[in-house]
Amino acid sequence: MTNKEWEELEKTYEEWEKRVKDLPQCTLPLFKTLSDIPLKIVYTPLDIKDFDYLRDLGLPGEYPFTRGIRETMYRGRFWTMRQFSGFGTAEDTNKRFKFLLSHGETGLSVAFDYPTLLGKDSDDPMAKGEVGVCGVAISSLRDMEILFDGIPLDEVSTSMTINGPAAVIWAFYLITGEKQGVPFHKLRGTIQNDILKEYIAQKSYIFPPEPSLRIIVDIMEFASKEVPKWNTISISGYHIREAGSTAVQELAFTLMDGFTYVEEGIKRGLDVDTFAPRLSFFFNSHLDFFEEIAKFRAARRIWAREMKNRYGAKKKESLLLRFHTQTAGCSLTAQQPENNIVRTAYEALAAVLGGTQSLHTNSMDEAWALPTEKAVLIALRTQQILAYEIGVTNVIDPLGGSYYVEYLTSKLEEEAYRYFEKIEKMGGMVAAIKAGFPQREIAEAAYRYQKELEEKKRIIVGVNEFVLENEKIEIPLLKIDPEVEKRQVERLQNLRKERDNIVCERRLKELKMAAKSRENIMYPILECARAYCTLGEIIGALKEVFGEYREEAFF
Amino acid sequence: MEKKKIKILIAKPGLDGHDRGAKVVARGLRDAGFEVIYTGLHQTPEMIVNTAIQEDVDVIGLSILSGAHMTIFPEVLRLLKEKGATNIHLFGGGIIPDEDKEKLYQLGVGKLFDPGTKISEIVEYLNNLFKEK
Repeated sequence: MTNKEWEELEKTYEEWEKRVKDLPQCTLPLFKTLSDIPLKIVYTPLDIKDFDYLRDLGLPGEYPFTRGIRETMYRGRFWTMRQFSGFGTAEDTNKRFKFLLSHGETGLSVAFDYPTLLGKDSDDPMAKGEVGVCGVAISSLRDMEILFDGIPLDEVSTSMTINGPAAVIWAFYLITGEKQGVPFHKLRGTIQNDILKEYIAQKSYIFPPEPSLRIIVDIMEFASKEVPKWNTISISGYHIREAGSTAVQELAFTLMDGFTYVEEGIKRGLDVDTFAPRLSFFFNSHLDFFEEIAKFRAARRIWAREMKNRYGAKKKESLLLRFHTQTAGCSLTAQQPENNIVRTAYEALAAVLGGTQSLHTNSMDEAWALPTEKAVLIALRTQQILAYEIGVTNVIDPLGGSYYVEYLTSKLEEEAYRYFEKIEKMGGMVAAIKAGFPQREIAEAAYRYQKELEEKKRIIVGVNEFVLENEKIEIPLLKIDPEVEKRQVERLQNLRKERDNIVCERRLKELKMAAKSRENIMYPILECARAYCTLGEIIGALKEVFGEYREEAFF
Repeated sequence: MEKKKIKILIAKPGLDGHDRGAKVVARGLRDAGFEVIYTGLHQTPEMIVNTAIQEDVDVIGLSILSGAHMTIFPEVLRLLKEKGATNIHLFGGGIIPDEDKEKLYQLGVGKLFDPGTKISEIVEYLNNLFKEK
């Protein structure tokens, strides 16, 4: 536009604005995004005056990848439909996996129970009442073999939400593949392995930050040599968001965690282009439709720019922010749970319009329990309807160029950089975590949101408005049989009797030696796993060397 | 004489790390004028009851979203009885299906709040509880 055209637009807009200001308008709900960004009633070119198409967007598959990481996006291939599943014993979950695959799911995602997530065996005293309840119980290689029985691991990619004990669970998986005759280099999948967000949000940490980062770099190094198709970290904003953060905080803290892993790899002496292509991301898709789309777009642009300029990555694959999305668990309501189908569909749509590579859609009953077969099938069908029926996959980044979406994308980016600066001043992410900074920012945002709901500044249908008095929950809920714990503990105790315990002891001793040295600990962990050392034993040995993390309680 | 503040222990038992609700409630109750202590994560029933007795609290509030409520609530009640601290009121919040709630109420657990509860409802509940006594 010429200067004269800009001036004319400005004048026209100002006149319009003056006229509109005096028209009657509601004051509630808040005209602010969930990140508290105030919103105008309409956006025009005046809000993106500095916009430069090639610099800010580029074409799909081209730097800075704002419009998408692949040239063809969903015309080339749909996102992977990957439902996070796991409950009961390995047998129960194996059955669920096969059910989902037979209905058109295209990737697996394992949910582990709490004892497993914290590196404890099913017969640990702290595990009582929690075995197989929030996910599947995996205490040894034996359980993993059962989990994937009859599922060829060279044909499916598997994502595993595992962090503190990621190296051990991954070792169980790698050997399960090996026993099926699939060599390491053919295995595809992801381990979450993002310990920083555990300290920040999800709290399934085991060791202190320094040894945890060392294990992560060991994993990145091992994978680049032995398991090249594996995503070694899924740098996760999902849990940060679930803990109550805003979209801006999710974006900023997640990318900052990502930069930290890159810096750790470089510090080890690894070439950034050997491990960066295997870093992947995991975001939440929450209720604020446009803000979420802007968040995904901004994330791609920031990552590409920083990887190129700050970390000197040369390979295109190192610049790509590939991500999985899960619709927001915390947006599901316990009240009128059927309405969650609708919420999830909108959130899934935002993820697809934001260019996700993989998607989990929550089931309507997940505010109450792990999903029933019926509920998870509706969730999967929601994705299939998005992919096949409503036409949103035909054109790449269809909201690109929208004044509002471009404004929000840049605004989120700007706010994220503000956090980067703050955290860098504190000495980086590890120092900021130890000082409790991201944790406090999130708690603050969660409390503000709760107050906004209580004051009805924001409306949640069925919770603080449109409530059904004396509502009875009528959907069936999945129950975990208390026998699960008994069966699982029995299997584990039989294993301890049947295996060669002398070999196990020797392997654990070797692992401790490696942990004390600078050796890559993936190799001795694999040997422990092969000998059927249990998860709790392997993590126990590492705890002796690395110690345990304790967080300061605050509210 | 100034009335003694009601003292509450908000506790996060078990292995679950989802502490958003516990923290929001702890802060809300503090802002409403209660004296609040928060245990932090990964507490055993034993640890919770010991802290409650040491700190001489009036109420324990458990936040459980992990599905382990049928193990943890009865165990905390049992320990309170064993240690002669039945004067401490036990209530909670989280994801607890109605039929489990009924069973826990029969054991003597106080009110169990669902997700989506307003903090003001919890405040009212606690105030009523101590008005009656």
